[in-house]
Amino acid sequence: MSSDDPASGGPAPSAGRDRRPVRRLPAKQLLGLAGIVGFLATWELIPRLGLIDERYLPPASEVILALVRDFGLTAFWISVGETMAAWFLGLIIAVALAVLLGFVIGSSDFLRKATNSTVEFLRPIPSVALIPLAVLLFGVKIESSLMLITYAAFWQVLIQVLYGVADVDMVANNTAKTYGLGRMARIRYVVFPTALPYLMTGVRLAATVALVLAITAELVIGSPGLGREIALAQSGGAISGMYALVLATGLIGVLINVLMRSIEKKTLSWHSSVRSEVIV
Amino acid sequence: MQPDPTPAPAGKTPPSGKTLPEVMLSVRGVKKVYQTDGGDIEAVRNLTFDLRPGELACLVGPSGSGKTTLLKCISGLMAPTAGEVLLDGKRVSGPPKKMAVVFQEYGRSLFPWMRVRENVELPLKNQGVPKAERDTLVDEALEAVGLSHVPRSYPWQLSGGMQQRVAIARAIAYQPEVLLMDEPFAAVDAQTRADLEDLIRVVWKKLGVTVLFVTHDIDESVYLGERVIILSSSPTVVQEDIVIDLPDERDQLNTRALPRFTELRHHVYEQIQLAKKGHRPAAAGSTTA
Amino acid sequence: MKALKTLGYVLALPVLLVLLWWASTLGAVNFFVPTPAALVGKFGEVWFGPRFFTDVLPSIARLLVGVVAAIAIGVVGGVLIGSVKWLRALLEPTLEFFRAIPPPVLVPVLILLMGITDSMKVAVIISGCVWPVLLNTIEGVRAVDGVLSDSAHTYGIDGWARVRYLVLPSASPQIMAGVRQSLSLGLILMVISEMFASSSGLGFTIVQFQRSFAIPEMWSGIVVLGLLGVAMSFIFQWAERHILRWYHGQKEVENAA
Repeated sequence: MSSDDPASGGPAPSAGRDRRPVRRLPAKQLLGLAGIVGFLATWELIPRLGLIDERYLPPASEVILALVRDFGLTAFWISVGETMAAWFLGLIIAVALAVLLGFVIGSSDFLRKATNSTVEFLRPIPSVALIPLAVLLFGVKIESSLMLITYAAFWQVLIQVLYGVADVDMVANNTAKTYGLGRMARIRYVVFPTALPYLMTGVRLAATVALVLAITAELVIGSPGLGREIALAQSGGAISGMYALVLATGLIGVLINVLMRSIEKKTLSWHSSVRSEVIV
Repeated sequence: MQPDPTPAPAGKTPPSGKTLPEVMLSVRGVKKVYQTDGGDIEAVRNLTFDLRPGELACLVGPSGSGKTTLLKCISGLMAPTAGEVLLDGKRVSGPPKKMAVVFQEYGRSLFPWMRVRENVELPLKNQGVPKAERDTLVDEALEAVGLSHVPRSYPWQLSGGMQQRVAIARAIAYQPEVLLMDEPFAAVDAQTRADLEDLIRVVWKKLGVTVLFVTHDIDESVYLGERVIILSSSPTVVQEDIVIDLPDERDQLNTRALPRFTELRHHVYEQIQLAKKGHRPAAAGSTTA
Repeated sequence: MKALKTLGYVLALPVLLVLLWWASTLGAVNFFVPTPAALVGKFGEVWFGPRFFTDVLPSIARLLVGVVAAIAIGVVGGVLIGSVKWLRALLEPTLEFFRAIPPPVLVPVLILLMGITDSMKVAVIISGCVWPVLLNTIEGVRAVDGVLSDSAHTYGIDGWARVRYLVLPSASPQIMAGVRQSLSLGLILMVISEMFASSSGLGFTIVQFQRSFAIPEMWSGIVVLGLLGVAMSFIFQWAERHILRWYHGQKEVENAA
């Protein structure tokens, strides 16, 4: 390869290399900010100009004001807490189960083959199909939420762990064997590090799904949390309040995304050689 | 022995009756400055040279001499900061129809979702060439590069050398008047490379196309070219423009064993060494380091 | 012999699970769990009658319309936004926010704006499913290989031909990944939109069964939703294998090297 030609990839000579990213980013971010401002302005104008009745779509300023008011209310934070508690517990249970089962199934060729059809059949079942069952078993308690969240999040993690364990380098595993590492030690030092990037991807995907199901359970079943507050606000005619809560769920979604991405990145930073191949 | 007498290789006047232009490709004072936040970077300072119709010229220079930049300017993929490129007398402002480019990265220049045949056919289809004519052109092109047996394969199923043959077939089928090649064999193994070099000579003779072949390999430039244009190091000017007076029929073993080949090779090598040290031709009128 | 072994692997565990289920319902009658026989009986009785036309088919039709529209909007919008650099920078943060909103909260919002109608239910599915496809398409379009793009450009492949022969195929792996997410999201939203406010449809019927404590019927409804999910997943996998054959083939070659 003769790609040492610095001009070959376009304008990438070394002189400005370290300063460029720092200088370029703000322009992009400013544009993104302009996009958000533009969106809010459009939203403000639609009801103001009467394109949609203000009773159904209040102007952005009113909704944001309502959201700011919410921030000062204990009841709002209690709802947020309830939603986040269900999200977190459901996610933890799902990850624990999936990791346990994933490593057991994944490290045995026999189990992997024998469970494949069952996994492929159970995985696409929509978790919302379990809503009536959850209601029947737990009513409007948090357990209903947990059941839905756990079911949905479990498969995301399990599949990734199974991929990850299957990806273990046979040479590395055999090397470990010849050095007399036992089964547990091999899982600890060979299998686990290989599967970790996959696991983190699974957890990130599961975290998003878990939030969707947490809100769904609250909305449809009526278990406590932001979803129920949204349904109540809607039926009670507190329209600005409803939109404010919708914005709040979006903000939580963004926070979870950012959090999960940074955790994923941190876990893998010592692992960079694997990461580039593994996560596409 | 030349099977087809019509093409007019280097320097010979074209047969009467056909009015070919005096100059096919003209690079006039091309300069390219990249603007980065770290300051402007002058990749190409001032390049001027002409290619006659049917000429096979090699462009060789030390790594980092802006060869690829120049090629992008010539092919219309990038606008030069100053100067201009003329193809058949017309200024190049975007990729011209009469030009085809073969890139070094064969794996990334073919469409992986298309079979070999579809890859070769696509530019023609896009030009609206009728199906029957298209089929003939594609068949001939695949035949010419020795790939008639794999039209149904995907590019990624082939070896690197074969993939580059597909890219060459695509260029041939397009019937360009100028063929630009950007270090096309830099990423294939030595044996394949020798085969492909000979293939280029054969194709060039058969089609009478004007070829500008960019390479950083001195042996390759002397073996292939009727003419070698040596570039200085960046900011680039033409260091020297020499005629390769080797016999027309070239052969990997015999040609490379000729004393004249060795002389030319030495000469080009020395010039490149000078270029690397920052030596610049007096004509360029620029500072020497 | 080998086929028999494969069949054994495929069937052994499901058969074992059904047997376990059957055995566990043998003894005392469990209110919450019907016997396999009762479930199968109810399944035919409940779903292969007039209900198939009044509840099942309309639900599936809404799901299909919604998902197809979402994919179309997502791909067209994604190609547009992904091809224009400043547009992408302008819109991406806003779109990321929309993607982060859990789609079920759109149900009450759209009921408010559109009333309880079929078009509301379709709109719920579209507005939830469009984001994964849209954002994945943008990412896929952005990542078109530079050399490939230059090649197309030098051969005069521009405009619509560029989209048709270069951009779409090149982005298709990312687009398909987005479609996969959209499909499962669409099924969830179909059910929720019917459970939350409706008088017909699969979701509505199942909740009705639960409210009237018609337990085997409720279970049979869960099975219908499960089968629907499995069917969609198989159709998707088939389509994906077909559309992305070149991609999987290429990956295999790269991994072997």
